Amino acid sequence: MIRFLLTKLLYLVPTFLGITIVAFGFVRVLPGDPVLLMAGERGLSPERHAELAHQLGFDKPVWAQYFDFLTRLLHGDLGNSLVTKKPVLGEFLTLFPATVELGLVAIIIATLVGVPVGVLAAIKRGSWFDQVSMTAALVGFSMPIFWWGLLLIILFSGILQWTPVSGRISLMFFFPQVTGFMLIDSLLSGQKGAFLSALSHLILPSVVLATIPLAVIARQTRSAMLEVMGEDYVRTAKAKGMPYSRVVMVHALRNAMIPVITTIGLQVGVLLAGAILTETIFSWPGIGKWMIDSISRRDYPVVQSGLLMIAAIVMLVNLLVDLTYGLINPRIRHK
Amino acid sequence: MKLLSRSLLAASALALMSAAPALAKTFVYCSEASPEGFDPAPYTAGTTFDASAHPVYNGLVEFKSGTTEVVPALAESWDVSEDGTVYTFHLRKGVKWQSNDVFTPTRELTADDVVFSFVRQGDATNPWHEYIPGITYEYYTSMEMPDLVKSVEKVDDLTVKVTLTHPEAPFIANLAMPFMRIVSQEYADTLAKAGTKEDFNNKPIGTGPFKFVAYQKDAVIRFQKNPDYWGEAPKIDDLVFAITPDASVRLQKLKANECQLMPFPAPADLATIKADPNLKLDELPGLNVAYLAYNTTVAPFDKVEVRKALNMAINKQAIIDAVFQGAGQVAKNPIPPTMWSYNDAVTDDAYDPEAAKKMLADAGVKDLSMKIWAMPVQRPYMPNARRTAELMQADLAKVGVKAEIVSYEWGEYLKKSMEEGRDGAVILGWTGDNGDPDNFLSVLLSCAGAKTGGSNRAFWCNEEFSDLLTQAKKTSDVAERTKLYEQAQVIFKDQAPWDTLAHSTQFVPMRKNVTGFTMSPLGDFTFENVDITE
Repeated sequence: MIRFLLTKLLYLVPTFLGITIVAFGFVRVLPGDPVLLMAGERGLSPERHAELAHQLGFDKPVWAQYFDFLTRLLHGDLGNSLVTKKPVLGEFLTLFPATVELGLVAIIIATLVGVPVGVLAAIKRGSWFDQVSMTAALVGFSMPIFWWGLLLIILFSGILQWTPVSGRISLMFFFPQVTGFMLIDSLLSGQKGAFLSALSHLILPSVVLATIPLAVIARQTRSAMLEVMGEDYVRTAKAKGMPYSRVVMVHALRNAMIPVITTIGLQVGVLLAGAILTETIFSWPGIGKWMIDSISRRDYPVVQSGLLMIAAIVMLVNLLVDLTYGLINPRIRHK
Repeated sequence: MKLLSRSLLAASALALMSAAPALAKTFVYCSEASPEGFDPAPYTAGTTFDASAHPVYNGLVEFKSGTTEVVPALAESWDVSEDGTVYTFHLRKGVKWQSNDVFTPTRELTADDVVFSFVRQGDATNPWHEYIPGITYEYYTSMEMPDLVKSVEKVDDLTVKVTLTHPEAPFIANLAMPFMRIVSQEYADTLAKAGTKEDFNNKPIGTGPFKFVAYQKDAVIRFQKNPDYWGEAPKIDDLVFAITPDASVRLQKLKANECQLMPFPAPADLATIKADPNLKLDELPGLNVAYLAYNTTVAPFDKVEVRKALNMAINKQAIIDAVFQGAGQVAKNPIPPTMWSYNDAVTDDAYDPEAAKKMLADAGVKDLSMKIWAMPVQRPYMPNARRTAELMQADLAKVGVKAEIVSYEWGEYLKKSMEEGRDGAVILGWTGDNGDPDNFLSVLLSCAGAKTGGSNRAFWCNEEFSDLLTQAKKTSDVAERTKLYEQAQVIFKDQAPWDTLAHSTQFVPMRKNVTGFTMSPLGDFTFENVDITE
């Protein structure tokens, strides 16, 4: 097991290095000069432009800039934002809990709804439930998130007034950020009604963010189940008179879960991508919106370091997914 | 001890609770973006100033609410020397600085604070010049303050003398701009001692109507009424900015009364807002201009007749109707009609495709093909440059001119459009900084601006025009300056380096029960006079 873990960790090193190159290169490949963008219509004299470029280190050759970036990275310095002039790491840590909270709730919704729907659709293959749910999954998968979010806001917050429009908690509540997770902080604050307010603010954005992963998980569960249900051991289990529910839940589902867990793990990347739009619509102060703003301003330090952090997280989650295989299927542990 | 502090805490919490609900009046503003920081000097975005310069700070002088008129603020009065180079400011007495958890002021506003507010921006050797790595003072630099300000001296505790290198009438309007807010030197010293200089930008201390309370990045900014404010006390107790980047979501929040006022509605939503019985919509012509700048150094656009003919071929009213959806007016001068010295006697080259065709033929121009540059972004003065360019393209085709539309990424666009020998006419615009005509005319049309790094995208250099501007800067007599600028506008129209396209209208939707909000021609959002009636 330890060897398995070490090999996996060793693989991370070259991957991580590759990501630093991609993250560093990506924002520089885009046309547009951050110094000019700062000045806008006003324009800058060539002297002033050179002065600012020098101050920001953009006058150095690209390889030297990359080397500086790596050196600072090894010292734990992710640089300062060109726009806010604040350390990138600090900004990331302030905003990241909001994204995690939203993403976790979304993935929980997607899994808790997606897996049962997929199982049911598989065992009742061809039924109206199968057809309706799989059509809905296809629609969900193709849903433009921006439009979908706005539609839900107009219906549930505008017309029905069941949920708040946007934000993380009612502005009535004001308490210091302890963990950054609003659900936890609202409980810690001891203010009456704060937790419920935070929860009600989470509903719409997490449903919107969960939509695509839910569709993917439901379809993946269904096809994995169908495959497993045709296996010999399932037929044997059925033949020896085992209750059908036990056949499905124990023999079939456990084996079908391996591709499903892979899918859930891969959804973390999808969630982070979806968070960009979801966070913008719901004014959710997370890293998705932060990245978009920074890309449009060509805030090099934020984009390169932010991408790096996000990639590192996706990598870690995938590692965790690899490790959970072992829990489900002991055979994988020894490979 | 523990028990005591706990009971103290409980008592103060009780006191807060009993005082708060009945009295506190909270006003929520759905702002469109996050502030870059809370020190107004290093930044240039209006959003940043709405959350720093306007609520928390004061300038020596400020713009009177709803106008571009410069009025006294921290300086009660000022004298200008005969030659226009020495300004002596007499400070208001008894102006108290705000306090926060790390700072309690021991003194009131003095001349030291004013001197500090200048030198920290202008003097690169000042320890506060780069108190955050990479910080620069772009507005101070771009308003040419480093060349203009020779010295700033304290005469006594309440008198400051600013000496300029040359007479410059717009100087006083520059001082009213957000980047020249007065900051506390004592606060700076306290932070320097504590080794937390960056808090100067995170926890602002000013003299303004509201005290900064807290900022949750990208989410909420909280302010509280400043009980010691020297001016008229604000009518609301708490001011909250709920940062909401999407315009449609802002409107939903406004409808749900989650906020009481919002900036920048989507043009398509204006009709819905007008129809809503709970909302009202204020409007004001913006202090801006959108234009099409020809490259006057390249044939055949170096000929006045050609430029005029093209101007006459373009139907500007159609652009206002289709692109601005009526929220704007056709421009004839380079400065907007709300600005002093606007010359209403100037007549525009009227839309007349037939005459245009003839003029082109007379000028010997046949089968002309040209490029029209369309900006890739939406700006307050231009909702959709691509659509505008398409309308122009169709109009020009009618007079036999073939136009090709080009566009670049925004940063590239700004850079390439200022490159010498640029091919094509550029759609761009400008929003005024300080309400002074010089801020439009000199920046956009003077000879000095017609070089790399400038903003004269017509590369138009007319000596007579530029001389008038220089003359107008040397006197602070507004009547005399008005005359000079009026003359300049006549020359501009006669020479037609641009097709002046439009001045857009700004809209601010708010709840019906909001009173006391005044729209600013400069696009500022200020809340010191705002109230909510039941």
